[in-house]
Parts: sequence; structure tokens; C-alpha cells
Amino acid sequence: MAITSIKNLKEFSTNNDRFEGAHTLCPGCAHSMIVRELMNCTDDNLVISSNTGCLEVSTAVYPFTSWDTSWIHIGFENAATAVTGAEAMHKARKKKGTLKDNDAPVKFVAFGGDGSTYDIGFQWLSGAVERGHDFTYICLDNENYANTGGQRSSATPIGATTSTAQAGTHSYGKKEKKKDLVAIMAAHGAPYVAQLAPNKWKSMAKGFQKALETEGPCFINTVSPCTTEWRFDPKDTILLTDLATDTLMFPLYEIIDGHELNILYRPKNVLKVEDYLGAQGRYKHLFKPENRHVIDQIQKNINEYWEMLQRREEARI
Amino acid sequence: MAEKFDLNDREVWDGNYAASQALRQAQVDVVAAYPITPSTPIVENYGAYVANGYIDGEYVMVESEHAAMSGCVGASAAGGRVATATSSQGFALMVEVLYQASGMRLPIVLNVVNRALASPLNVRGDHADMYLGRDSGWIQIDAFNAQEAYDLALCAFKIGEDHSVRLPVMVHQDGFITSHTAQNVYPLTDEAAYNFIGDFQPVDDLLDFSRPVTYGAQTEEDWHFEHKAKQHKALMDSRPVIDEVFAEFEKLTGRKYNRVESYMMEDADVVIVGLGTTVETAVVAAEELREEGIKAGVVGIRVFRPFPFDQVREALKGAKSIAVMDRSSPGGAMGAFFNEVSAALYTTDTRPLVTNYIYGLGGRDFSIDEAKRIFKEQQANADAGHITTDIQQFSGLRGPHLGYFQTQRG
Repeated sequence: MAITSIKNLKEFSTNNDRFEGAHTLCPGCAHSMIVRELMNCTDDNLVISSNTGCLEVSTAVYPFTSWDTSWIHIGFENAATAVTGAEAMHKARKKKGTLKDNDAPVKFVAFGGDGSTYDIGFQWLSGAVERGHDFTYICLDNENYANTGGQRSSATPIGATTSTAQAGTHSYGKKEKKKDLVAIMAAHGAPYVAQLAPNKWKSMAKGFQKALETEGPCFINTVSPCTTEWRFDPKDTILLTDLATDTLMFPLYEIIDGHELNILYRPKNVLKVEDYLGAQGRYKHLFKPENRHVIDQIQKNINEYWEMLQRREEARI
Repeated sequence: MAEKFDLNDREVWDGNYAASQALRQAQVDVVAAYPITPSTPIVENYGAYVANGYIDGEYVMVESEHAAMSGCVGASAAGGRVATATSSQGFALMVEVLYQASGMRLPIVLNVVNRALASPLNVRGDHADMYLGRDSGWIQIDAFNAQEAYDLALCAFKIGEDHSVRLPVMVHQDGFITSHTAQNVYPLTDEAAYNFIGDFQPVDDLLDFSRPVTYGAQTEEDWHFEHKAKQHKALMDSRPVIDEVFAEFEKLTGRKYNRVESYMMEDADVVIVGLGTTVETAVVAAEELREEGIKAGVVGIRVFRPFPFDQVREALKGAKSIAVMDRSSPGGAMGAFFNEVSAALYTTDTRPLVTNYIYGLGGRDFSIDEAKRIFKEQQANADAGHITTDIQQFSGLRGPHLGYFQTQRG
């Protein structure tokens, strides 16, 4: 059962200790905040799977585990399928009555980074959602392959420098647009799809709760600033997330049943994208005069996308 | 409760149907599957049993074989009985997850209808996919005909789910030759089959929230080696369990299975060692040659993994000249099966002559006549006291003779 009233962050953050603090994620990594929010927003039993990536290698290093709930890691690409296999078994055993507690509610959740979600695991995610399993997939989107040392993914935005999309004298870094995975997942007809951010923790918790309570496959993309590869001070994680949401680089919205779009956060003062880009090392080169056009292009893309979201919200399509 | 399925004492089933009936009688909880020729009917039939109420289970049609095995892993960790089927390219796509299944000690049953691996694309049978699985940590049992595909699938659940084993099991049968040929099969009653296997008893169950478990943790050089050693030990220790299950099955049905099957081996001088339907062909050839005075015998490997090293040595200790039959392209070496059988024989005192035949790739027929020719070549070796041909040869190939590894004398 979901926890219905979330008022106080301190209370909320300690109400359900199923994710232990003793993990080896980098200081300042947002992954643990997001995982904790998910596990704190419900009292239901959880079966969680994780794709190979930062979260997995930092939380289950034998003989230790940070997970005080059922947890499985299988591969880089197939955590969605593993957790939906468990979901199918839950259905089968419930019918036969072979579960220890046949009536206890169970929620199935998969975590993946943007590498496993946008790229290598996309097929498995798409298949699991198409099959209509009752599960929630949460992408911890730090816009690069952080676990292998910061290579580009299809979630890496234009202009970022990565170890495989290098900025140099003849290049401004990644040239391709970030894949719009939220739209793609909504197009699957998933009953609940959202883009959330950990700085807006109440709306994140509510989004998680909606996903867990919605029957069928739900997809959530969460921005997760990466101190190591975005290159900022670990104490500034939430500041970076604030900048991401206030510049609308990372707009927060949900799409219900593939068509009803609701914007979840409207910044009072929309900041210029320079404020966000300038706060991180990976965009430093964009501030050279010859790369000015890239910043302009990013701002243009943001404006157009925000316009599109607002129109879709208004038109209910 | 599942609907009653009417069975006769004797049915006419092909190997695929036989395997699917075993899944029904085991009341498999979850099948996650992706169809591939020639194994497709196994999972189609499971779906039909679910659709018609003959089984209370979940039929999950995924988007690839990699996902099929991934779904099986999640389902098995969630504490129920799981099975699926595949062949060839599908098997190859599954390989990554096969290692994950065995590393997590999940007793999934995989019916593998053996088929060649592309390229060239080929839907017919050879053993390339069986070999591809040989280091994946699964128990691999080989059925030589439809009856065995049924019997051994039932045994596979009981072996893999035994709490001292807890390993996934493959049951192999030859593509089209076994899978699509209808034969008389004598099934057990549903009740007898289910009682033989028993209820699934979960260990480390994802759905037991009173005792949370972590599956698939990371280990580096500090623990990985120990985990793999323990996994190997579990695989090696499954040998007596396999023997016990076979013995119990014999008591129930009168049908006797051994990890190594020997035919006319009491006094055999010349021997064919093979896998799958080849064994039955070789047995017919050996019987005919016995009438000509050639002391021919056949050894069939029933349990390919864990490899029955001791039994192979024991079965072949009196032989003079042996042909080891590899139904898979050797890929720049002697055949893999040849290497394993030779390794077993090298450590005996008698050390017979051994040659390697590559044969039957991509569904090329293996005939009784060809088996006889091979026996006769072995007789020539035995008479000469040394190998008279190339050590490795392609048998039944059109065009010029191929052989790359010669003896000094040959």
C-alpha cells in the first residue's frame, strides 16, 4: 500500500529503510536518492531488478548487499525481462496458491541506467512493456555510460564531451540529439509514463506512487546528475538538478495512456541554458566563441520542446 | 485445477510433442519462449495446453530467445517450475543468459532440438548448438529418440530441482530426425509422472519476503574463483543424483538409462562413439557387421555434461580401435568431442587407437552403410596395429577427401 501523506522530507526519508546506506556509489551520486524515494513511497513488498551499471556494481558486491528486499541482477540489457519473468511467476503461483502470503501486494520494479535503457536494453524494455506486465521501469538517466568511464549514450545531449564523443579542435563533442525515450515509451501505449527529478522530491514520490498503483507497464525517466562525468562538486547534485529543471533542459511531465500529457513543474523564472551548461565541466568547451552556435542550438531545441509539451497538454493529445 | 488430458498407454508422438507432454505433466508454472525451427512446436503446444486449461501456468511470448532465457531466470528465481525450448541461432542468442542461469543455480529445463549454426543458414540438424553450451554450467542430457525425449525431460526436472543439485538442465534431441519423426511413445499417467517429479520446492525465493534474497551479486578476484569452483563441484556432484533418478525411473517404467550407454561392448574390438540418433544408426550397423564376424560395438554418451569421464574409460577399455563422431564443424582443431573422449582414453593403460570423423553437418544423412564403412576402417586399424587413415576426416562429404591431421604411418 502506498504511503498516502508525504509532508515532511525528514520523516519520509527514514520511514522505510529497505535500502542500506552502506553502498559504494560516488559521493554526490543521485542514484541512491532516487532508489530511496522509490522504496520509501510504498509499504508493499518489492521485487527489484537492476541492469548492470553503477547502481548494481555499487550495491551488491558479494558478500554484501544494500537491498533489504528481493533483488536480482542478471545482465546489462535484460533486467526488464527478468523482473517480468518474476511477475509472471507471481501470477502463476498466486493462481496455484503456492505463495507464502497469497494476498500480500507485491510490486515489480526494474532499474537501469541510460546505457541499459536507451541503448543496449531497449529491445528488452520495449518487449516487456508491449507484453503488458504489471511492473515499473525506472531509468536513472545520467546521460552517459558512467560505469565504464563516461562514454556517449543515445541519452547524451548535443554538445557534451564524452570519452567516445570527444570535443577537440575539430569537434564540439556529441553531434546528435538525445533520444526522446519518454515519447517512445508513451507511444508503446504504456498506461503511465513520466519524467521526474530528485530535486522535486514530492512530485517524484507521487509519480512513483502512480506508477506502482497503475496496473500494467509504467516507465519513468529520472535525471540523475553524475558528479564524475558531468564534472561538478559532489555537494552540488541538487543544485545541478535545480538548474536542469529550471532551464527546462529536463522538463518534468507525465503522459497517461499514451495521450494525456500533464506538465508537473513550471519554473517561475525559466533560466537560460548557459546557467546549466556553465555549471558542469562536460560543456566547458561550448563557451569558446567558435562553439556559440551549439549553445544557441540547445536553447532553440529546449524552447521548441517546451512549446510542444505545452501544446500537447492543452490539446490533451 | 487443470483439465484432464486423455492419454493412451501407447501414443504416436514426435520428439517435439513428447517433450511438450512432459512440460504439461510437470505442470510447469512459467514458459517464456520465442519460436525457432525445429523446436517451435514444444512451446506452441505448451501455449495450447494453457489456452485449453490443461495446465495452470503463465505462457510468456517474449521478443527474442535472449529474452526467453532472461524471463526464465527471473521466473525461476521467483520460486516455481520453469522450462522452455530452443535450437541453433536461438540457442546462440541465449548463451549469455545460460551462464547467468547456472551461476544463480536455477533449475530451468531447456529442451534443445539440435540444429546447425549459420552461416550458411541451415534449419537441419547437427550438434553445433549442443557443443556451444558445453561450458555454460548446465547439465546436458541427450535423447536418441522420441520416447527418450519424453522420459528424459521428466527426469530433467527431478535432477535439476534436487536441492543438492539446483542446476539448469538441457535435454537434447536431433533436429527433424527426432523432433519431427512420429514414433510409438509409452507415456506415464499424469499422476505417475507428477508424483515422480514431485512439487517444486523453492530455495532462496524472490517471492518469500520474510527472507529477502539478493541474486546475481558482483564478485571480482576476491570471490569469483571460489564461486565458479563451487558451481563446478555442484555439477560434478550431480552425477550420483542423475544415477539415482535414472534408477527410480527404471523402477517406475522398466526403461533403463545410463550416463554412458554401451551396446555390444562386452567383447568389441572396433567401436563408434557418438551422440543422438547416430547411436541408433551405429547400433544397427554393428549388429549387421557382427554377422560378418566383425566385433563391432557402440558407445553413446547420454549425459554430455557433467562429462562421464570415468564411464567412458570403463566402457572403452577393451577396445582396439575407436571412431569418435563429431557432428559439428571442428573450427580449426580436432573435434571437441574427440578431444574429450581421447582425454579419457589417454589416461588408461590400454590406450586404443582413436580417429575423428566429422559427419552429418547441417542435416546430411548418416547412413547405416556409412557407419559400416567406418567400422571397417577401424577394423583395418586394429589389424594393422596403427591408424591407417588421417586421424581426422570428413565423412560423407561430396567432393575430394578432406583430412588435415595425419599420423606418421598414415
